[in-house]
Amino acid sequence: MTPRKHEQRRVLLLGSGALQIGQAGEFDYSGSQAIKALREDGVYTVLVNPNIATIQTSEGLADKVYFVAITPENVERILEQEKCDSILLGFGGQTALNCGLALEKRGTYERLGVKVLGTPVKTIRDTEDRELFKQRLAEIGVKVATSRACDTMEQCRAAVKELGLPVMLRGAFALGGKGSAVITEEKDIEPALKRAFAGNIPQVLVEEYLGGWKEIEVEVVRDSADNCITVCNMENFDPMGIHTGESIVVAPVQTLNDEEVQLLRTLSIDTIRHLGIIGECNIQFALDPKSTDYRVIEVNARLSRSSALASKATGYPLAYVAAKIALGYTLPEIPNGITKKTTAFFEPALDYIVCKFPRWDLGKFRGVSTRIGSEMKSVGEVMAIGRSFPEVIQRAVRMLDIGALGVDPDFFTGDDITEALRVPTSLRVFAIAKALEQGMSTVEINRLTGMDQWFLHGIADIVALRTELKAAAKPSGAAQLSADLIRRAKKLGYSDHGIGRLTGLTLEQVRAQRKSHGIIPRLARIDTLAAEFPAETNYMYPSYNAIENESPPSDRKKIMVLGSGAYRIGSSVEFDWCCVSAVRAAAELGYETIMLNYNPETVSTDWDECDRLVFDEVSFESVLDLWESEKPEAIIVSMGGQVPNNLALRLARAGVKILGTSAESIDNAEDRRKFSALLDQLGVDQPAWTHLKERSAASDEIEKLGGYPVLVRPSYVLSGAAMSVAHDPAELDRILERARTISAEHPVVVTKFETGAREIEVDAIADQGKVILWAVCEHVEDAGVHSGDATLMLPPQTVPMPVIHKARKIAAQLAEALAITGPFNVQLLARNGRVRVIECNLRASRSLPFVSKVTGTNFVREATRRMLGVREPVSNRALDLDYVAVKVPQFSFPRLVGADPILGVEMASTGEVGCFGDDGDEALLQGLNATGFRTPKKGVLLSLGPKSEKYSFLEEARALHEELGLALFATPGTAEALEAEGIPCTPVAKEPGQERSAMDVIDEGLVDLVINVPRSYDELGRPDGYLIRRRAIDAEVPLMTDLMLATALVNALRNRLHTVPAIRSWDEYLERQPRHLV
Amino acid sequence: MSSVLTAHTTHQADPAHPTPRVKLILEDGSEYEGTSFGAANRPVVGEVVFTTGMSGYVETLTDPSFRGQILVLTYPLAGNYGVPAPRPKGSIAGPYESDQIQIQGLVVQHAITKPSHHAAARTLGDWLASEQIPGVTGIDTRTLTRRLREHGTMKGWLLPAELPVEAAKRAATGVEMQKELFRLVAPEHPIELGGDGPRVLLIDAGAKDNLARLLLKHGARVTRAPWHADIAALAATMDGVLIGNGPGDPQDLQDLVLKVRGLFKRPNFPIFGVCLGNQILALAAGGSTFKLPYGHRGVNQPVQEIGTRRCFVTSQNHGYAVNEKTLPRDWEPWFTNLNDGTNEGIRARFKPIFSIQFHPEACPGPRDTGFLFEEFLRLCGAASGGAR
Ligand SMILES: Nc1ncnc2c1ncn2[C@@H]1O[C@H](COP(=O)(O)OP(=O)(O)O)[C@@H](O)[C@H]1O
Ligand SMILES: Nc1ncnc2c1ncn2[C@@H]1O[C@H](COP(=O)(O)OP(=O)(O)O)[C@@H](O)[C@H]1O
Ligand SMILES: [Mg+2]
Ligand SMILES: [Mg+2]
Repeated sequence: MTPRKHEQRRVLLLGSGALQIGQAGEFDYSGSQAIKALREDGVYTVLVNPNIATIQTSEGLADKVYFVAITPENVERILEQEKCDSILLGFGGQTALNCGLALEKRGTYERLGVKVLGTPVKTIRDTEDRELFKQRLAEIGVKVATSRACDTMEQCRAAVKELGLPVMLRGAFALGGKGSAVITEEKDIEPALKRAFAGNIPQVLVEEYLGGWKEIEVEVVRDSADNCITVCNMENFDPMGIHTGESIVVAPVQTLNDEEVQLLRTLSIDTIRHLGIIGECNIQFALDPKSTDYRVIEVNARLSRSSALASKATGYPLAYVAAKIALGYTLPEIPNGITKKTTAFFEPALDYIVCKFPRWDLGKFRGVSTRIGSEMKSVGEVMAIGRSFPEVIQRAVRMLDIGALGVDPDFFTGDDITEALRVPTSLRVFAIAKALEQGMSTVEINRLTGMDQWFLHGIADIVALRTELKAAAKPSGAAQLSADLIRRAKKLGYSDHGIGRLTGLTLEQVRAQRKSHGIIPRLARIDTLAAEFPAETNYMYPSYNAIENESPPSDRKKIMVLGSGAYRIGSSVEFDWCCVSAVRAAAELGYETIMLNYNPETVSTDWDECDRLVFDEVSFESVLDLWESEKPEAIIVSMGGQVPNNLALRLARAGVKILGTSAESIDNAEDRRKFSALLDQLGVDQPAWTHLKERSAASDEIEKLGGYPVLVRPSYVLSGAAMSVAHDPAELDRILERARTISAEHPVVVTKFETGAREIEVDAIADQGKVILWAVCEHVEDAGVHSGDATLMLPPQTVPMPVIHKARKIAAQLAEALAITGPFNVQLLARNGRVRVIECNLRASRSLPFVSKVTGTNFVREATRRMLGVREPVSNRALDLDYVAVKVPQFSFPRLVGADPILGVEMASTGEVGCFGDDGDEALLQGLNATGFRTPKKGVLLSLGPKSEKYSFLEEARALHEELGLALFATPGTAEALEAEGIPCTPVAKEPGQERSAMDVIDEGLVDLVINVPRSYDELGRPDGYLIRRRAIDAEVPLMTDLMLATALVNALRNRLHTVPAIRSWDEYLERQPRHLV
Repeated sequence: MSSVLTAHTTHQADPAHPTPRVKLILEDGSEYEGTSFGAANRPVVGEVVFTTGMSGYVETLTDPSFRGQILVLTYPLAGNYGVPAPRPKGSIAGPYESDQIQIQGLVVQHAITKPSHHAAARTLGDWLASEQIPGVTGIDTRTLTRRLREHGTMKGWLLPAELPVEAAKRAATGVEMQKELFRLVAPEHPIELGGDGPRVLLIDAGAKDNLARLLLKHGARVTRAPWHADIAALAATMDGVLIGNGPGDPQDLQDLVLKVRGLFKRPNFPIFGVCLGNQILALAAGGSTFKLPYGHRGVNQPVQEIGTRRCFVTSQNHGYAVNEKTLPRDWEPWFTNLNDGTNEGIRARFKPIFSIQFHPEACPGPRDTGFLFEEFLRLCGAASGGAR
């Protein structure tokens, strides 16, 4: 590579902010690769990203990090104060792109002399503005769907008439298909238009509907010398009409012949050249399954979810290369990091197939439609690598961690198969399996689903083998499986567990039989060149279709880190940060590191982060296989969240050495009964609880706990689902019924639900039972809002010192009693000076990156060092901070049509930010802004639920009106209370009807903040005020449903009314820290 | 024509007639065993080569440059989109690149027996069987490819597993590379292909049909003549010559080399070489060629135009390359391979004579360098005095 001098350059890179549906971990991957590329060139890099759980915002990457909202105002100030000469817009998703466009509009670039690196702003506008895009493509005769770009609803109506139903609606400048919809019936037109224009979408495209066409994506790279390559093409298993982010996707394309592949490739290159992209982009096509007719759907002039997928699918580091191109390198000047011998100018040849599967979490939301379509609802994804479609799709399904052992017909539980095939949902693949098992033809399934028969044949192969496997079962005694049968099952992607279930064997028995036949997976390399050139890569996947292990293990001392798998609600980028930090810490100590993970949107699956990357399931079977073939010294299970944590005990029993805290201790903390007994033994207080087996026993048991409300959770459920609060016996009945359907054989745990209690959390690292690092956070909300949805303050702002000391003491007692070495997290309730333990997890927690970055000490690094036996003194600065940081959750309710945006004991947020301030008020405002909150300027709608809450909020209401000058609107009860106190407000009805309702004032744009605290619950357990909350979300008006948070907000607004928020970098805060060593 | 084939495939697992096993034995003694598909019970021998393209098996299998070779596909799934109906006799329509399957045998990881495509009329296996070409499926082609890469191209045998190895080897049919090969891949007599633009002679020593199709598409009037025809006489009436691709070692075509050298004398006469044509021109210019350890076969080969920053992704299929250092002074290297630095094209400094090692006609592969045909035909047009 020709070295270039960039020493003087100062580049600002925009991140993507909090994880949300449609914009998730993939931008941590692209941002961190870009930063690495810039660093190599000695570029001074400033990163703006409030997402504190990311790897890109970690120490040692960017020169400066700003944990502030990605708004044009903030970014302009940072450009100025950091004297940046250029900016990168392509690595932070739609957020960064839109912010970049806004900056151009403000004239910031011109005023400050800032250069936009990579794809020029004009090109970005041409791709984002659907009408301009159409025109530009027409210039070169490339086909797009017939459409009308409309700026008003009126224009849309006319366009719908003109084009005729069905039509497709698509918003400009949006992502994840936000607001898009298929309209098939007259009556759907109005609601669809309303949604499409919500949230300041300036333009909506009304377009011919191409449902059933194949959807193909191509990743294209072009440099400033006009060299252009396509790195990867991908085919959606779900046809057009289902967002690519919601589709099962395979790479490379499978059902296209060379003519079609080259047609789309040529069109891609012609289009990208004509648009003038410099860097990376993604182009989407619709292809007629019956001819070679095509349409271009869109171009995303930036790194995207698909480009992250393509990077992982091919090994080609798209983000890194895009960053180098932005700096002015041409493709042949950039080395191919995988071969080290060739250059970045080539197109990867794959000798395997990759399958991506989206991960939904729709079960967590009340009222949400489970139908999937052109709008994204999934919260994460998995990727499986193998040599055949059945192999990869079965693996992918298991990776979802939804309990399915593969493409299992029995996982489909509905009764109307045809309907389940026709209407796409997250579980459609199981309906396909069921339909095939029942003898439906692939032709018929194709007719109902639009899915290409090639894929259906693959699933048919899987289903067909079930019969053979079932036939091998022996009613008496254990079945003996032939080597041939096992081999065929493994090649079709069956797990040992899956084979066992069909043949009546245990997983262990299948494993033993399999190994006795010498059937084991072999590691094959991903080398971008299909073995044409020797490659030194460490990027591996196991397959039963490979006959030899390409890269036998080295004899260095090594450890293996288990990753967190699919992002889902409750487990996302924070655990990837933990895994990457652990890998780096171990490498620093001279260990060879093996990373096992399967999530394509992560940094942990970047092959330059570890010595060996194995892309595979994190399951008992896969871990044990690697333990046997790679022979690491030990395995770290405590960094990847619940997925690896749940494997600890079984792995330990199978002889795997677990690093740090013992598996028995983990079990003692996870098992409710054992943990409770331990607390009693230690004399540590806990909320009263009981196991409930019989419904008839309920009333007695509840009595013993001290009456309602109670918190109910089924034990041993997957992914922490289905926790609920019961306020009365009827509600308890309903919940118990629901719990039964989830897990019939297990008793439920019922706990006294404490109201009005503060919740605090201790994150700590212990070494052989002794706490060496700790931090305590306070929730702004009272207990009852899941810790993942709560607003966390570090250091605590309201709980008194004695409570903090008690919490710390409890943490120390637990560390000792459980002989903890490594990370752990304790959640506690505090009320009237009494401190009680809710739970304790002996693993890294969601808040670990937050506390690490706020205190300036990487807790994971220290934990890893301790687990590996390195003991050096560390300083602990948990309380002694000269600033306040706040972690604010990000919700994705706008995308979850129909979902009730209410907080409860079950987590609902999809991401988070962490922001700093001189005090709690400033930090809170920064944090809220970074999650999309805008300071109200017009009016506030109040609907305050229970009487006590109405009165406790009166002073704040007055302040909203008198000090902040906002008009108040209130639902009847609330209005009455306000008027009694002489606070003027406009009463509005709760329900739609004759009178002007709360929904009307939202629609009319009179309010820019809604505070709604639900009071009562209907017979289905739904809190009232749903319509108000949902309307606020759909109109993208900020909504608060927690009174503590609303109070904190109003106070922050009052206290900060006349101050301009400071924009300070992370290190400016950390440097304020009095540095002292223990 | 049905888009999905299930009924008449011959490769369904049938417990009564277990599918025969096939062995691939390499010169170095290594053995790989799989299941037969395509023609059964037909032992063959040939040079074992691999290609890394992920689509385009119909084009590849009919590419005469593969004549006599046993082909390994590195992409694990073969036959996904089936094979279209055979083309009528005398047609040069794609995706076929010649009238028949040219390879000696096919080695794949998974032969797909249920293809799905609107243009599919038969399975890959059926097609192979219909042309008596044996195939083997169930081979870990990545491991095999790594071996071929490490040891270089090797001779190999594809044998029915139940036969005694030595006997089967003796029975194996192959192509006599030096004597037979070039006769097999070229037409017997010159063929007029119509068109009414500049007159172009396509010298065929195994040229892909798409060379002819592209010339016609760009408005040329094409005569396709075998390499052993009276080239000098034919060329005399032409505005330009295209020397196409072909199999084997260019040094076995001394006869053609001499004929081409003869054409250099005519002033301002455009000659364009593709693949084998590149090697023939180099030899005719006085340079030399050599055998690559395992060749370039795939659709992702990066080349750079020397002296510029222009790079192209190209389709390639060759086992020999031009030794640039041996070129006389009035010739210069034109393109270079970014992966291994080997020659990818040469041109005469003072004459409209140029050639490339890659395949601008694609099929399979990227079409990024198709502009070279336009360039060549522009020159031919000029040579014809602009007559059309
Ligand atoms: N004209 C159309 N007919 C049918 N489906 C469409 C059409 N246009 C887009 N889609 C579907 O909607 C999805 C989202 O549209 P797209 O423009 O890609 O949104 P985004 O920019 O959010 O990715 C696509 O992935 C595709 O499946
Ligand atoms: N006894 C209780 N009283 C009040 N709130 C509780 C109680 N137990 C749990 N919670 C609330 O429920 C949330 C989730 O409970 P937790 O046991 O932490 O679940 P998870 O294992 O999913 O993190 C807590 O963050 C807390 O706000
Ligand atoms: Mg888009
Ligand atoms: Mg899209």
